[in-house]
Amino acid sequence: MDLTYTDAQKAFRDEVRAFLDERLPRRLSDKVAGGKRLTKADYEEWHAILNDKGWLGVTWPKEHGGTGWDAVERHIFEEETTRANAPRIVPFGLNMLGPVLMKFGSEAQKAHYLPRILDGTDWWCQGYSEPGAGSDLASLKTTADRDGDHYVVNGQKTWTTLGQYADKIFCLVRTSKEGKPQQGISFLLIDMDSPGVTVRPIVLIDGEAEVNEVFFDNVRVPVENLVGEENKGWTYAKYLLTHERTNIAGVGFSQAVLANLKRIAGLEMQDGRPLIENALFAAKVAQVEIDLMAMATTNLRVVAAAAAGQAPGAESSMLKIKGTVIRQELNHLTRRAVGPYALPFVSEALEDGSNAEPAGPDYAMPAVQSYFNNRKLSIYGGSNEVQRQIISKAILEL
Amino acid sequence: MNFELTEERRMLQDGLRRYLRDTVTPALIDAATEDASGHSDILWQGLAEMGVIGALFSEDDGGFGGAGFDLAVVFEEMGRAGAFEPLIESGILAGGLIAALGTGDQKALLEDVIAGGSILTLAHGEPGSRYDLAHVETQAVAGDGGHTLNGRKAVVVGAPAADRAIVSARVSGGVRDGDGISLFLVPLDADGIEMRTYPLNGGGRAAELTLTDVRVAEDARIGPEGGAFDALEAAHARASAAQCAEALGLMESIRELTVGYLQTRKQFGQPIGKFQALQHRMADMLIEIEQARSATINLAGHLDAPRAERERHVSAAKNLIGRASKLVVEESIQMHGGIGMTMEYALGHLAKRLTMVDHRFGDTDWHLERFIRLSAA
Repeated sequence: MDLTYTDAQKAFRDEVRAFLDERLPRRLSDKVAGGKRLTKADYEEWHAILNDKGWLGVTWPKEHGGTGWDAVERHIFEEETTRANAPRIVPFGLNMLGPVLMKFGSEAQKAHYLPRILDGTDWWCQGYSEPGAGSDLASLKTTADRDGDHYVVNGQKTWTTLGQYADKIFCLVRTSKEGKPQQGISFLLIDMDSPGVTVRPIVLIDGEAEVNEVFFDNVRVPVENLVGEENKGWTYAKYLLTHERTNIAGVGFSQAVLANLKRIAGLEMQDGRPLIENALFAAKVAQVEIDLMAMATTNLRVVAAAAAGQAPGAESSMLKIKGTVIRQELNHLTRRAVGPYALPFVSEALEDGSNAEPAGPDYAMPAVQSYFNNRKLSIYGGSNEVQRQIISKAILEL
Repeated sequence: MNFELTEERRMLQDGLRRYLRDTVTPALIDAATEDASGHSDILWQGLAEMGVIGALFSEDDGGFGGAGFDLAVVFEEMGRAGAFEPLIESGILAGGLIAALGTGDQKALLEDVIAGGSILTLAHGEPGSRYDLAHVETQAVAGDGGHTLNGRKAVVVGAPAADRAIVSARVSGGVRDGDGISLFLVPLDADGIEMRTYPLNGGGRAAELTLTDVRVAEDARIGPEGGAFDALEAAHARASAAQCAEALGLMESIRELTVGYLQTRKQFGQPIGKFQALQHRMADMLIEIEQARSATINLAGHLDAPRAERERHVSAAKNLIGRASKLVVEESIQMHGGIGMTMEYALGHLAKRLTMVDHRFGDTDWHLERFIRLSAA
């Protein structure tokens, strides 16, 4: 038992810190810290800086231009970049499609797509959920019918995060109605500028259009865009979902939110004293801080097991549930902390270079937006109820 | 970073788990409960022979362990078995205080403690002290080459099994001052000690002590005159870590019982574990037990940290363990139904013992408030 990093791991952490000091643009970290909107160009700028260093393919092996880091090194990198308020790495190409192509894609697909993910040529989005297929993903209805050397795709995807920026979408489509629903699904790569593709933004309760609906109307897709075998897409989709999802516990995010919460509660005055000195409020903050301290160690225990070669199974379901409960509670307390200034919503003030002043303190609006936006945490990536089913089956064998 | 036990600790864990599984039978628990001492001499000697008491002491003090993770291994297994020997009292509290503060002559007693020949306890809490370690009303008046003790000590766990107690008493200052507390090693059959013993919820026995003009010699004082508080606090940090680990072991046993019950108990034509309402409750319980394990690891790994950091981890762990214990007890009984409420089934004893964890060394709310104070400092 040793709760500290090895000397080599400490040296690596120092290297990451030095890199962030030197290369993370202040303009970007200020936006992240201040809860401002990040543009496509902002994400691309940060991706390019990481790629220049060889640190963009965090989960990728070296042979494909990745870092080759083990689980502990990835954890350190995530912890440090989160702490430094770096923009997140957009996960769709890098953490989702990339590993699937490496495992199931053809040589031609790997050679063509993987470098374009790293150098930013392609921005990918994810076409999984449909209006009628959420937690029950296998019930999806978007069809791909074979017509010569093309598939003809018809249907609708939804909750497509940052689809408005995407050049390409990886989709689960139905290629057969035979057998169980899981058996007729294929994994298809589609150009977003193909004729028949329409994107419609969805405004969420935080006032932002982060997600979209994507419609497919007789979209013709070359057969070489099929990944792996026809009707085996469910296997690849599950691999994507259970593939070591990095940072599922969100410990670094929670630590950053906790620090921000304490800062805000130290500035907000209630009955003549800083809110953080109110016994009831302080107790709520302390309670979630204690949970987070334990969660950080729970996370490290899973990380250490992964670094030792054990594939995390249902443990990641436990991390997801507890991690999202903690983040949501922190978001809740931060919203409560800002008081009456939780009410104003001045959307323009979130824009880069806008002259619009927020009403009240500048931390108020992002606090409320994060609260609304992060309701998603317990819904996406397999809702927390689905995670409980996984635990129940895989660990408890009920 | 490494969460694996060392080879030696794994051997201790395996050996202790096997030994306790074979030894701590319902018959032994009943016999220990019936006995006036509130413990099992057979089990105590067995633990001593296995080196379990020695694992709580450093090599310098005649043991072969004493680190936070040694405590964690031992007490997780004690909890898993539902055992209730005065191991925290004799090994960690009283024995630990002698190891921390004692002179060479005083430390000679530790050999007998580690060998199982002598059982010690700490008589510190008082009827009005609740969880405040600085609250000492018992008076020690110096004179005639020693001290005279007068006062009352409350819920002295293990006293009926012990031959000697370390008694805390005030030599100066106000009732709640940290300064001014001295410790004295006193034979429990000394003149002037009246002991009222009683059984405890969750197993074992304790006593209320009344001290009336109890004379102790100068060499009975453990540590500096009036300066025992820091060592008392450090010993209670170690006792808290042991208590958290014991709670974790209790939780693990309760989890096994409950999952087994969900798999086998049939209602409405199927195992009740097939019902989603119960599956989700069980999954949540499992998550909190993993959190309890992490909190215990955090505390065990910080027992040698500077005081402020150590105590912050004490309060974090005790708060989390307190909440998790309540959840595990209440949910396991609920998921078992009526059988979970009987003392005829193993859950009853484990659940009671786990409930009592929150009544030693500070409860959930007390530690939450303390965590806030320690974090603000």
